[in-house]
Amino acid sequence: MFIPRGLFYPTTGFGNAFEELERMRRDMDRLVEGFGGRSLSLPTAGVFPLVNLTEDKDGYYVRAELPGVKSDELDISVTANTLSITGERKLTDEGKEVRYHRREREAGSFSRIISLPGEVNADQVEASLKDGMLTIRIPKAEAAKPKQITVK
Amino acid sequence: MANTTGKELQAKQKSEVAAPAEQIRPGAVFVPAVDIFESEKEIVLLADLPGVKSEDLMIDLRDNVLTLSGDIAPFEGADETDIFIEYEVGKYHRQFTLSEAINQEKIDARMENGVLRLSLPKSEKVLPKKITVKAG
Repeated sequence: MFIPRGLFYPTTGFGNAFEELERMRRDMDRLVEGFGGRSLSLPTAGVFPLVNLTEDKDGYYVRAELPGVKSDELDISVTANTLSITGERKLTDEGKEVRYHRREREAGSFSRIISLPGEVNADQVEASLKDGMLTIRIPKAEAAKPKQITVK
Repeated sequence: MANTTGKELQAKQKSEVAAPAEQIRPGAVFVPAVDIFESEKEIVLLADLPGVKSEDLMIDLRDNVLTLSGDIAPFEGADETDIFIEYEVGKYHRQFTLSEAINQEKIDARMENGVLRLSLPKSEKVLPKKITVKAG
């Protein structure tokens, strides 16, 4: 069956009915647009940073774009099934003498919590921040890994 | 300007290039967020280009048109499946027309943590000159 990317967005558990309706509306939009190919209005949780969550058989991968954030300004913690990312993005001080033509980049703090779909091994989480891209690899707990079953 | 305002960052979708030059390879093209400011001696451009390695960034200045274009290498493993996707990944492209003459030899570009810092020194002839009005 054809399922557009990001259609089944997991709820965080503390959403209200309005958010739920909004999510359903966006999902419907996506279903309609989805057949034409890629859609730009992806459903998001509306919290900075936007993340992409993927999995393979051994673990989950959380990726976020954080240009200009240094690794020591970032705080990542993992429990059995949640991941939290907090930090602050600072812009360099350019002094009072400069005049701006464009000012689109923003500074500020952020904090986000992501529910992971299954239990994870919180002791072996690896995070890397390279070229402004954060990648967190979270190994699945043994119990949550798919088991190969051979039919005799 | 204070750089720690204490405000919270808002989640924002990247904006796609409205009418990109025709692409040979398929994929989304995004407009990077930039700061451009000038002092007496130079124009500085800062651009957010997450995921672009310095060797994949092309900066071109000719006939007063500055073009930035950054390529992204695929970074997802082949056997990964999506659970939820909030942002798309693609190339970056943006063009600016510069009104000032730039000293091409002294252009300096640096990439750090996914942010480009491009210094464009103004050429000598456009540096502002103080004009004193003589009392008659």
